[in-house]
Amino acid sequence: MSDETSTRQPERVEPVREQPTPDGPEAAEPAPEGRERAGAFRFLRAILLPVLAILSAFVVGAFIIVLSDAQALGLIGTDPGAALGRAWSIVIDSYGALLRGSIGDPGRLFGALLALDWNGVKAAFNPLSETIVSATPLIFTGLSVALAFRVGLFNIGAEGQLYIGALLAVIVGFAITGLPWFIHAPLAVAAGFLGGALWGFVPGILKARTGAHEVIVTIMLNFVAYRTVDYALKTEFVQREGRNDPISKIVLESARLEPIIGGLRAHWGIAIAVAAVIFVWWLLFRSKWGFEFRAVGLNPRAARYAGISPSWATVMSMVIAGGLGGLAGASLMLGASHTLTPGFSPGYGFDGITVALVGATRPAGVLGAALLFGALRAGATPMEAATGTPRDLVVVIQALVILFIAAPALVRAIYRIRAERSLGTEVFARGWGS
Amino acid sequence: MTAIAAAPRSLTLAERRARTRQRVLGIIYLVTAAVMVVGFALPVGDVTSTFTLNLGGTAITVPDLVLPSAATGYLLAGAVAFAGAIQLTRGFGARWALVLGGVAAAFVFGFLVWVAAGQSMNLTGVLQSTLQRSVPIVFGALAGVLCERSGVVNIAIEGMLLTGAFVAAVVGSVTDNSWIGMIAAVLAGGLMAGILAVLAIRYRVDQIIAGFFINIFATGLTSFLAVRWLAPYQQELNRPEVLGAIPIPLLSEIPILGPILFRHNIFVYFLFVLIIVIHLGLFYTRWGLRVRAVGEHPKAADTVGIDVYFVRYRNVILGGMVAGLGGAFFTIGSTGGFEREMTAGRGFIGLAAMIFGGWNPIGSFLAGLVFGFADAVQSRLSILNIAIPSEFLLMVPYVVTIVVVAGLVGRTRAPAADGKPYVKE
Repeated sequence: MSDETSTRQPERVEPVREQPTPDGPEAAEPAPEGRERAGAFRFLRAILLPVLAILSAFVVGAFIIVLSDAQALGLIGTDPGAALGRAWSIVIDSYGALLRGSIGDPGRLFGALLALDWNGVKAAFNPLSETIVSATPLIFTGLSVALAFRVGLFNIGAEGQLYIGALLAVIVGFAITGLPWFIHAPLAVAAGFLGGALWGFVPGILKARTGAHEVIVTIMLNFVAYRTVDYALKTEFVQREGRNDPISKIVLESARLEPIIGGLRAHWGIAIAVAAVIFVWWLLFRSKWGFEFRAVGLNPRAARYAGISPSWATVMSMVIAGGLGGLAGASLMLGASHTLTPGFSPGYGFDGITVALVGATRPAGVLGAALLFGALRAGATPMEAATGTPRDLVVVIQALVILFIAAPALVRAIYRIRAERSLGTEVFARGWGS
Repeated sequence: MTAIAAAPRSLTLAERRARTRQRVLGIIYLVTAAVMVVGFALPVGDVTSTFTLNLGGTAITVPDLVLPSAATGYLLAGAVAFAGAIQLTRGFGARWALVLGGVAAAFVFGFLVWVAAGQSMNLTGVLQSTLQRSVPIVFGALAGVLCERSGVVNIAIEGMLLTGAFVAAVVGSVTDNSWIGMIAAVLAGGLMAGILAVLAIRYRVDQIIAGFFINIFATGLTSFLAVRWLAPYQQELNRPEVLGAIPIPLLSEIPILGPILFRHNIFVYFLFVLIIVIHLGLFYTRWGLRVRAVGEHPKAADTVGIDVYFVRYRNVILGGMVAGLGGAFFTIGSTGGFEREMTAGRGFIGLAAMIFGGWNPIGSFLAGLVFGFADAVQSRLSILNIAIPSEFLLMVPYVVTIVVVAGLVGRTRAPAADGKPYVKE
């Protein structure tokens, strides 16, 4: 297939165009303002369901807060009014604390600005910085899952890829000495990518060669990854000197991703993450490989007929997806914790699935969704500290978001929205019978 | 050999594949034998391995099994090498699975002899804890079998186990009766499965995503409630009575087998019954024929008047109830109190056991035993001070499952319509 045909074909295969390009065939189509309005409308339409899904999840979450509160329940019998008041106040308190823990307190920020207290301003930005810290790995894992989705693959293994990526990044981070930072840090990041890529290659090649379902293989590989890390942390090479508990040596200064602003934890990993967003967008929608990936994802038979090898696309996309998962681990190790412990990830790999679904498998959507869920993660602990509402609430909310996103019919039924044409992105994986 | 038989004949694809697999297996056997010689027989000196077979309580005691460590190792390795040679040259035909099982058994026994070299190991104890550890895995696997045979993929076993564990602990504590806790756990598992069924069948949500939702939801909700309710009211809400072991009269007196099989709590006996009932039900009754028809070819089943949706709803919910019962084992069947995320991935090992067991109740049970055995041996290793990392034994279930789904050795096949929503025309 020549390059010329491959660049022209996306117009026909792709079900929804991402955005109108300024030049090209559409130039002769509707007037500029009309097109702009259509674009804005399409954007609103695209985010309508995710927004409603998130909203619904928070509403159900509020019910869970109230129904689990013994005091509010106890008041229902005696004083319904007070029960309602109590219910209202704990929900507002909890969600308020969640918001303050993830975005910050505007009052504090203004106060610090007026007092010209630089440290105060920094402290006011701390919640936002924590959100970015949590969002960074989520962007990577979200991209990992989203990329695989586009090729018709369900990558449940981002968590395992993250673990192996973290392991390799840490090893390169402490074992190689005497390098300047501009070589060492990229090297450690690359090691993370490589580790994840290896962990993605296995399900990819097995799927392509033997048809083994990637969901089963990636679930199993997650556990193999946990045990591998457990094992590595016991070896003399990785375990920190003089320690008996499983903890790795510390990543050297030269391999670290430094904080963007001193004193805040948000680190340069976010820049790599944003670059990854742009790269995946370019890969999927502007490169020949991406076209082939999406063609295989939409219809492997048609893709094969067009001369694209589905096996190749499967392996290659899983390698890249795995590598992105590995980058998540690398960013955690090199940017945030600088040392590896078992169970260091609170499920960022699995959150990646939620992020990819909420972001509708679009790179920009993934970025937005990752920031949202990063905010939830960042705000959860302060919320528990301030109000006593357990931080696991955000896990429940996240589950509900998945539910409402995955079952758009449910959301449509609740809000009485007319069903629109299927965008072809609602059903991703097939059963494992085939 | 006559000239006709020797004449070159082009092989069909299937034959070539079979031949490749035969050779691969043969090479694997030979490598296994080499590993056994180098790993198990050579390093041990002139010592013996002692296996205690008594676990106390039985009237008849059995003498200990004392084996010369190195000689036994060589003998087992020799047997495996012999099997490998035959496999490589002419193959075992239809009996390959039997031989594979034998080789695996020889390897495992050789490993145990090596572990116990110069020491003593209670083999009966290991086997008893094997069964103990495989209980939740097999419950999970049976839940998966029920769901997936009817064509609904269930990766939510973990969430259902966790729900069962939580509900059993709480209801068992509140009512002060663990039997009521057990029933509540069964119902709660069924409820979770009901959600999965509605999502998968009615709303045709991708079944993997639906299962994923159940897992996260169950994890989040049980952890949330554990902090909210159980932590402050530990005494009132999280102190269920543990259902103790019920030795079966007479049977539990049998040497070796008695302690292994018949001195457990009620969950293990329920498990035995369920395995038999589900096996007979699936393969020898009209009910099972319908279930399998729906799982393999729903359209055909629909055409002959089977209500596909009803069969699927029923089976998914039944599966959830089985998983709920298995979950109850974690609390009222073993440790008592609920702890957050206490199932620790057992549901996924159950999923692995179901796949390894070929979507079969008995196969799942055997697979669960294999995984439980790896777990039991792993926990003994630290006591015996063996330098092998227990992590590798813990990886066994996952690696075995990957090998099986990839068809590298033998292949199991999922029901044809597993995971595909059915749309009635």
